[in-house]
Amino acid sequence: MAALLEVSRLGKSFRGVRAVTDVSFAVAEREIVSLIGPNGAGKTTVFNLIAGVLRPDTGRVRLASRDITGLRPDQICAAGIARTFQLVKPFPELTVLENVVVGALRGTPDVAEARAAARRLLDVVELGEQADVPAAHLTLPDRKRLEVARALATGPKLLLLDEVVAGLRPTEADRMVRALRRLHDEAGLTILLIEHVMRAVMALSDHIVVLHHGEKISEGTPEHVVRDPAVLGCYLGQGVR
Amino acid sequence: MMLERLFGDLTTAGRATLGAFLAILLALPFVASSYVNTVAIICLYLAFLGQAWNLMFGFAGLLSVGHALFVGLGAYTSAYLFVRHQVPPVIGILASVALAGTAAALIGSLAFRFAIGGVYFALLTIAFAEFTRILVDHAKFLGGTEGLFLPVGATSRQGIDLIHIRGWPAMYYYLILALCLGALLLCRLLLASRMGFYWRAIRDNPDAAAAAGVPIFRYRMYAVMISAALAGIAGVFYAFYYNNLFPEQVFGIERSVEVTLAPIVGGVGTAFGPILGAFVLTPLGESLSALVRWLQAQGIIAKQVRVDGVKQLFFGLAVMGIVLAQPRGLWPWICRRLRLFRPPSGQI
Repeated sequence: MAALLEVSRLGKSFRGVRAVTDVSFAVAEREIVSLIGPNGAGKTTVFNLIAGVLRPDTGRVRLASRDITGLRPDQICAAGIARTFQLVKPFPELTVLENVVVGALRGTPDVAEARAAARRLLDVVELGEQADVPAAHLTLPDRKRLEVARALATGPKLLLLDEVVAGLRPTEADRMVRALRRLHDEAGLTILLIEHVMRAVMALSDHIVVLHHGEKISEGTPEHVVRDPAVLGCYLGQGVR
Repeated sequence: MMLERLFGDLTTAGRATLGAFLAILLALPFVASSYVNTVAIICLYLAFLGQAWNLMFGFAGLLSVGHALFVGLGAYTSAYLFVRHQVPPVIGILASVALAGTAAALIGSLAFRFAIGGVYFALLTIAFAEFTRILVDHAKFLGGTEGLFLPVGATSRQGIDLIHIRGWPAMYYYLILALCLGALLLCRLLLASRMGFYWRAIRDNPDAAAAAGVPIFRYRMYAVMISAALAGIAGVFYAFYYNNLFPEQVFGIERSVEVTLAPIVGGVGTAFGPILGAFVLTPLGESLSALVRWLQAQGIIAKQVRVDGVKQLFFGLAVMGIVLAQPRGLWPWICRRLRLFRPPSGQI
């Protein structure tokens, strides 16, 4: 399988503190890959490096063999990578539908067309009934769904999801997992996700990359990763053997 | 067709209210005294300027407290070209708009390139306005502190000469009314377009907007340049209506603050708010002046007290009262009360 996203030897320091060191991995077309690791492992930094929020000190990011390192966030979005934020960032004064319209306007300058597309996506994430409510009024689970819908509306090849399941109640979490699964199966979307909720990770991932202290310590299939002593060590604090 | 698209979300009550308001405005010069007409011109001027300012702050979230800069550049450019080079304002206005837009592009590119946001952006706009005021103070070819005067002849206040913006007071009234309606249409058009969605997204959360594919630098530049261009047009009107320009009066910070009041009272981010705000505040100011004069005549306020100062005090308190009672402005409140728009409408 051809790699859709290729991250090679990515490095980033903040005032001398190394947040990410020499991280490489690839996401194949139509794959769901999870990025896991304890708090402070550098997962969100890796996302921000890919999404253009941060510029890497070293390393390259390629999307379908095109070098997209150092592009601005909107250019990354135009290249085909959409992301959600761990701390959700809705447009509070806009309605739920209008939030998604903003994303959909990337593909078309026609507002009516974008509205129609946004309405379809709201149904996909089960927010159709709240379409005309100001986004500020949504509950956290609904805001997370809105993040996903807005990202999807930009028509991405690759979706970056930053903890869209964490913080949800178990039934809500299962709903989100089912929605993501459906997007992947039906729309053929490639997904890279950061997640703490192992149940969701195990249910969704084809492949898992484990970060610890900014370095990749393991990667492989879910079955492989959960048995890896290095992974168990970093989570359970037994020290890496 | 286009009107239906732009005002389709108005309810019957909304159409009736706005229709009646427009009818009154159109008929005003025929029925009202010249004093009321003059006040109405000031109302419409501040409404137009309020729309320009609101486009930048209310739509795109960029706070300017230096809009007098763009008004002043527009005013001085057209006046200078007319007085010294006999260029009629109908052509001079192009230079005015270009210069105001260029100044805005300069400020915008500095601010957005170096990520100067929020209050710091506001400070930058003040700095540029003050800097320009001092510059014009010392510019002999613009009259300096002595002022720049436009020739007013015996026939200046007669007839209709739109090329030189000379004519009956009613002509000025209809001219600024047309500008105001034009700005209203423009605002509604922009709000309903991709530009409007992008502006509101940037205003609400720039990071999320960028992640959703919005080129924020470019759209912020559009906002400051369109806003400044409109303010520049207002400046041309100002110059040819008042016929005298003084740096202190044109570029002073009181002028920049004055621009912000109508939209804040009427409803920041709404297309109709600045108009409503101007039509509330200007008559309020006028009636307060009248009240103070009456109180003086009755001996309740001492004769030595300056009317202006007392008026300003009451005016400030009134504005505070309105803003505290309706922080989102009078227009959204009236819309809810009278159901002027079909919900949901983020674009009132």
